[in-house]
Amino acid sequence: MSVLDQVPVDGGGSPPVSAPVAVATPEFEAANERQSRRRGLLIALPSYAYLVVFFAVPLLTVVIYSFATRNRFGGADLTGWNIDSYQELGDDLIRTIFVRSAVLALITTVICLAVSYPFAYYMATRGERTRNLMLVFVMIPFWTNFLVRNYAWYVILGSDGPLSRITEFVGLGPTRVLFTQVAVVLGLVYGYLPFMILPLYAAIERLDGRLLEASRDLYANGFQSFRHVLLPLSMPGVIAGSILVFIPSLGAYVTPQILGGAKTTLLGSYIVTQFLTARNLPFGAAMSTVLMAVMLAATIVYFRKGGRTL
Amino acid sequence: MSTNAGITEPRGVTRGVLQGFSWLVYVFFYAPILVLIIFSFSDNRNVGVWGGFTTSWYSEFVTDQPLTTALGNSLRIAVVVTVVSVVLGTMAALALERFRFRGRQVFDALLYLPVIIPDVTMAVMLLLFFTQAAKWFGFSKGFATITLSHIAFNISFVSIVVRARLAGMDDNLEEAAMDLYASRWQAFRHVTLPFIMPGIAGGALLAMTLSLDDVVITQFVTGAGWSTLPVYVFSLIRKGVTPLINAVSVVMLVASMVLVALSLVVQRVRGGSPA
Amino acid sequence: MAESAETHGATRANPAVALRGITKRFGSDDTVVVAVDDVSLDIADGEFFAMLGPSGCGKTTTLRMIAGLEFPTEGSLKIFGDEVGTLPPNKRPVNTVFQNYALFPHMTVLDNVSFGLRMQKVSKSDAAARARELIGLVRLSGMEHRKPAQLSGGQQQRVALARALVNRPKVLLLDEPLGALDLKLRQEMQGELKSLQRELGVSFVFVTHDQEEALTMSDRIAVMDDGRLLQVGSAEDLYERPVNRFVADFIGQTNLIEATVADGATIVLANGSKVAATTAHPAGAKVFMSLRPESITIGERGSAPAEFRADCLDGTVSEATYLGHAVDYHVSIDWIDLEVRTPAVVARKRYRPGDNVSVWWNRASNWLVAD
Repeated sequence: MSVLDQVPVDGGGSPPVSAPVAVATPEFEAANERQSRRRGLLIALPSYAYLVVFFAVPLLTVVIYSFATRNRFGGADLTGWNIDSYQELGDDLIRTIFVRSAVLALITTVICLAVSYPFAYYMATRGERTRNLMLVFVMIPFWTNFLVRNYAWYVILGSDGPLSRITEFVGLGPTRVLFTQVAVVLGLVYGYLPFMILPLYAAIERLDGRLLEASRDLYANGFQSFRHVLLPLSMPGVIAGSILVFIPSLGAYVTPQILGGAKTTLLGSYIVTQFLTARNLPFGAAMSTVLMAVMLAATIVYFRKGGRTL
Repeated sequence: MSTNAGITEPRGVTRGVLQGFSWLVYVFFYAPILVLIIFSFSDNRNVGVWGGFTTSWYSEFVTDQPLTTALGNSLRIAVVVTVVSVVLGTMAALALERFRFRGRQVFDALLYLPVIIPDVTMAVMLLLFFTQAAKWFGFSKGFATITLSHIAFNISFVSIVVRARLAGMDDNLEEAAMDLYASRWQAFRHVTLPFIMPGIAGGALLAMTLSLDDVVITQFVTGAGWSTLPVYVFSLIRKGVTPLINAVSVVMLVASMVLVALSLVVQRVRGGSPA
Repeated sequence: MAESAETHGATRANPAVALRGITKRFGSDDTVVVAVDDVSLDIADGEFFAMLGPSGCGKTTTLRMIAGLEFPTEGSLKIFGDEVGTLPPNKRPVNTVFQNYALFPHMTVLDNVSFGLRMQKVSKSDAAARARELIGLVRLSGMEHRKPAQLSGGQQQRVALARALVNRPKVLLLDEPLGALDLKLRQEMQGELKSLQRELGVSFVFVTHDQEEALTMSDRIAVMDDGRLLQVGSAEDLYERPVNRFVADFIGQTNLIEATVADGATIVLANGSKVAATTAHPAGAKVFMSLRPESITIGERGSAPAEFRADCLDGTVSEATYLGHAVDYHVSIDWIDLEVRTPAVVARKRYRPGDNVSVWWNRASNWLVAD
């Protein structure tokens, strides 16, 4: 019977206590705790079950496929288990692709960092209004369709495109950037720059400015103050941003497809080819598993280093 | 937002250099978008060459059957994905922020993975899974598989946004409601839900954006003859570009902008900085 | 000591709140923390009752158990004779003023205050009318449509009070309600709370770590430490007759001098000097003599009047601090340092560091406590 039913019509006074009520015991407390846990699990259950079925099981499927044998029909034979696919990863061509992807992803990350740090620092030094406005104009590309943003560079870099026209006009001749690794890096930097700016800004913005003043007071010059105070204290932002740029760059597929040429096959595109064209499922699965492992390792390192949010 | 003294302004030359540099970053961000918009009105079959003003590419978009079908597919998927992801993601956030239960840590980790895993890997996973499942249960890939896949990663994004909001909520608020004769449900309905609403709305916009943007995963889990707008555009680009794609891109761009504007409004309601 | 094992009782027949053997353990298995340890006490109807102790002593947990925000691990908890120990907070006739007020940020002042009534299905117009009445009582009329963020700390505190009181609780619980206010506002609110409580005649149970606040506002005070209830009594009881060393030390400033009981009328200090003290402790028991700084008289060496000769020690001034209304001396006596406070107007003769002095006290003002 609900207490609410017993409220006098005039609405005055506290509801009377319904009797009798049990005295508290450890058993009651334990039952109450169990009930709360059950309630929590019940609320988690729909999404939990969903993720198990549509994420954990698929993830396991990939790992299982990576140990299977390729069959003649472009499928996978799930009875003969082996590690052939992993041994194939040592292949020269594959190693080249791995190295090329890692190098391009690294270059992308370094460029993003070099561009974002001064920008984020400048943003953090502005007044509240300017700062928020600057942030909004970083958020807009962040929310804008990735495919469209890469396509825009396709238009700009094309052999008859505006960039080529400009270089021709100033007498440098037409540019031949499209379908090269330069174009890929450009597209990746353009695509992932906000991922670097936002965590960096968050890290620098919450720094206590008095620390920088203190370092200057203690005879540090501008660079020393940056090197010994600002940089170490903003390190969580540097690491978070680097992971957020490096991981998707390593697995990039859309950008190399649009801006890169046949000569610049990268990890992501190569994996896709294994599934959609070459039909070597176990090998594609093995490459995916390795990529996933690299990603997990990077993330674990990040959390170990005290990072909290990605 | 911040209570500390904040960072003092750089002075003199340093400041000028930083300011100029920041403007350049914005030019880098927006020039390509501007170029794209300009050339979507160009009357020349070559995408990067100006040939006089025309709006014919836009009219072609509106009458192009495959394109409008793909657009319709995208929108239908986005709506279903947003609704389901918001409900499931919010429940996940509530369970993790408010309760302790068996398997909580595993759930927490499982919820993070879809956010940090590269697109391609997730696409491969779901492709193998749905191919296998289709073999066993006999269904065709298309609307359902795309929707299920988008929900799989959007639950995580929604839950992260809602959790951030929940974490900023004073625990005493719910207790105060119950102290004032609210039942558990009433406390949630009248206090918790209104408080986290900006987070839920932000999560919904994010889910919708990500669903409308996705190329890689959709391309993998879709079936024959079924396409969303980005996947269709992607295939057009690879076949050979026409300014029609410029026009479609600009439309997608505008849609994104509308969503950003909406999210900014939501954040203004929230009262915080738009981070 | 007489009371500590028994129920700390109010004399009235039907207590507003009655705790019997209330215990709260947190954690599980290997890491159990006993937050509240076997607490029994009665709070009388219409009483202004404070729970005082250092942070982590269990006072807030006790309050939360009365509110229903926490269930006791064991023990009986009655409100006006009805067991409520296992009832959720929304079924208890008590309301709480939270430490940081916990005002609903998305609701106006009026909606905040009428929330409890609305949850009890009181019609919207009746609830609004009652809420306006209470908003008037806490002198916030005209601010009904503001949001909490648009109010000052003191105003938020009043809204929290009105929001709780509008429900006519049988007991009002307050968790460090003045902790977030600055000193001047705090003193002002102390007076207001006190007169509000007198006006309404409802029991206020008040948690604080500020002993001055507890002493000035409360009819009775419960002192807690480490989950246990040490003493319940009026301000005078606690100040003049603390049950143990902790209470003597925690309430006000005091000099604690180690001693051994010689017989029922004499104790022996560490340096062998015999001091008169009436005590029920058995001979040979180790005790501490608590002497408040202001109950000690300071005078020139050997100038103690005859009747104080047995309650007198000789020493040297080591430090003298002028406080305006009083002079504070530190007097070194062989093995201890005594703090002596003399009203400035009385202390015509001021002593300087190095002066040889005697200190003495009225036999009634020393008090023996066990460790």
